[in-house]
Amino acid sequence: MSEWASWGRVHQAAPARVISLVDRAAALPDGAGRSLLAYGRGRSYGDVCLNRDGVILHTRGLDRWIRFDRQSGVLSCEAGVTLREILQLVVPQGWFLSVTPGTREVTVGGAIANDVHGKNHHAAGTFAHHLRGFELLRSDGARLDCTPARHPDWFAATVGGLGLTGLVTRAELQLAPVANAYLDVQTLRFHDLDEFWELNAEAERLWPYTVAWLDCAARGASQGRGVFSCARHAPSQPDLPLFRERRRTMPFTPPFSLVNPLSLRAFNGLYWHKARTRRALSHYVPYFYPLDAIAHWNRLYGRAGFYQYQCVVPPSTMREAIAELLARIAASGQGSFLAVLKTFGSKPSLGLLSFARTGATLALDFPNRGAVTQHLFQDLDVIVRSAGGALYPAKDARMPPDLFRQAYPRLQDFTSFVDPAFGSDFWRRMCA
Amino acid sequence: MITGQRVLIFGVNSAIAQAVARLLVQRGCHVYGVGRNAEKLRAVLEDLRVRAGPDQRVGGCQADLDDIAAQPGWFDQAESFLGVIDVVLIAHGVLPDQLVCQGDLATTMAALHSNALSAVALAEEAAHRLQARGAGTIVAIGSVAGDRGRQSNYVYGAAKGMLALYLQGLRNRLAHHGVHVLTVKPGFVDTPMTAGFERKGWLWARPEQVARGIVRAMDKRRDVAYLPAFWFWIMLVIRSIPERLFKRLRM
Repeated sequence: MSEWASWGRVHQAAPARVISLVDRAAALPDGAGRSLLAYGRGRSYGDVCLNRDGVILHTRGLDRWIRFDRQSGVLSCEAGVTLREILQLVVPQGWFLSVTPGTREVTVGGAIANDVHGKNHHAAGTFAHHLRGFELLRSDGARLDCTPARHPDWFAATVGGLGLTGLVTRAELQLAPVANAYLDVQTLRFHDLDEFWELNAEAERLWPYTVAWLDCAARGASQGRGVFSCARHAPSQPDLPLFRERRRTMPFTPPFSLVNPLSLRAFNGLYWHKARTRRALSHYVPYFYPLDAIAHWNRLYGRAGFYQYQCVVPPSTMREAIAELLARIAASGQGSFLAVLKTFGSKPSLGLLSFARTGATLALDFPNRGAVTQHLFQDLDVIVRSAGGALYPAKDARMPPDLFRQAYPRLQDFTSFVDPAFGSDFWRRMCA
Repeated sequence: MITGQRVLIFGVNSAIAQAVARLLVQRGCHVYGVGRNAEKLRAVLEDLRVRAGPDQRVGGCQADLDDIAAQPGWFDQAESFLGVIDVVLIAHGVLPDQLVCQGDLATTMAALHSNALSAVALAEEAAHRLQARGAGTIVAIGSVAGDRGRQSNYVYGAAKGMLALYLQGLRNRLAHHGVHVLTVKPGFVDTPMTAGFERKGWLWARPEQVARGIVRAMDKRRDVAYLPAFWFWIMLVIRSIPERLFKRLRM
């Protein structure tokens, strides 16, 4: 049942049963002793969305709108609605998601469960900061109407709670106003990490969206080079460029990864040299969701799949830690085109298990090359651990449980909110 | 071409009807939905209202669709809400367990009542009103199961077969009065009604896919639409098997 693989495709875990949810007013199905777990679009990279031998509650059928106030930008919808569907509804009416991750193909329920962040974290915080409320359905039949003020403890446990506190049936989001579907985007190259930190500090004051692409294959003098991009929603324009979405697809899974040290160095070198300082209007789709243009892009990594390694390190250690991580990755020759560096702002996250915290976050994909890749991760863990950092459960398929406990000090408080009928492969791995 | 019509939908909570309603609202239609379950109905109507443009009307009422005596009242309510009715979609139905039916006559009769008699009564009322206006469309959802009786599902099949035969006659009658009658025959559709089946493989369609086919058939004023279309060929083969042979098969 390959449908029940997660996005990284390293883990494939067949559930005992799959139940499609269609009625948010209905009671939770009885798992008959097997653990329950909501599953939306399977865009988590590792095993937070998998439930081996358990019951998958497929939320695809919970896809109804409930209310949209065009004046205030408050949207209420069922939890299986995707961010793509929200944007299709609200962008033409002058609204946008207050926070969006790098893909539109996730559900609202998934965005809450992983308390996702975007390129505007320094300005806007995480997804939960714009979540006005949601309904949590527990296996004992209780329906908790949670907001930051009502049942604040359940709110804090459920945002970033990895779907373990029960089923989120519906949610209410505060959207952000926009003048059109475009962004004013500025890109510049930087030659090393020192230049990045300088650019970033300046850009964070002026731009709501900032992010950097790193050439993780560059070694020696050019190590730490990359392309910095900053953006804001464009004001009203007399002439907007036309945009037509083109959908491509990766039609098959090659037997081996197309991402290898050779293609990586060639692509990254080309990308860096091609980048120039420029300012342009970009439609929101290519700006926020470049990878959504290629359906099944995860197949590029071949049958063995891939891992994503995303960590955050605090401000006191981030400069040294990021440099060390990059040096170790470059020396390994592994890594991918998608190396992203971004700083998080000081807004405290609302969830007991939220990942985002002040500091710098680095995210990279790695083709699964077995022991070599695991060995590299162990080295990276050492750097993250001594820097006082954390790994992101939504991306994780292999972090050691003690690193999870160290990086998430409120884990003990969280445990008492876990619904006894719910579970996931990730949770069992961490509790083992 | 279906656009801007005023549409009355029976069984609007069903997965196929909900998907059709979304497409029709997208095309500027006004919708009045009747459904059995009040909570589901509220959720479906709220969803349609968010999708609707500023001047589109979306409303509905909860009702027991088997209550034939109450049916004209729902038409009156819909007419007063929509102004006039252009399209009537009859989409309610239940899938009874064949084995339970064989042991319990009451279950069999109830399934025949819901799937055939109440649908026929609704179509008759719709025909009466649309014929008087000399325009409109009646769409009813039958099933490929109604094309031939099989031991595994013949109570449901008999009801859908009766509905199809009734609609055939009605189509003939209303053709002279400018009213279009469309019989929809879906194959296997992945909906809550079929939740008991192992729903895998190329024979299974998504309700959104069937809904697109229904709207396309309405646009083209088709008489009978097998959805997805390959079911026409499958059923052609199944219908052509001689009874002497067919009765020995396990289907």
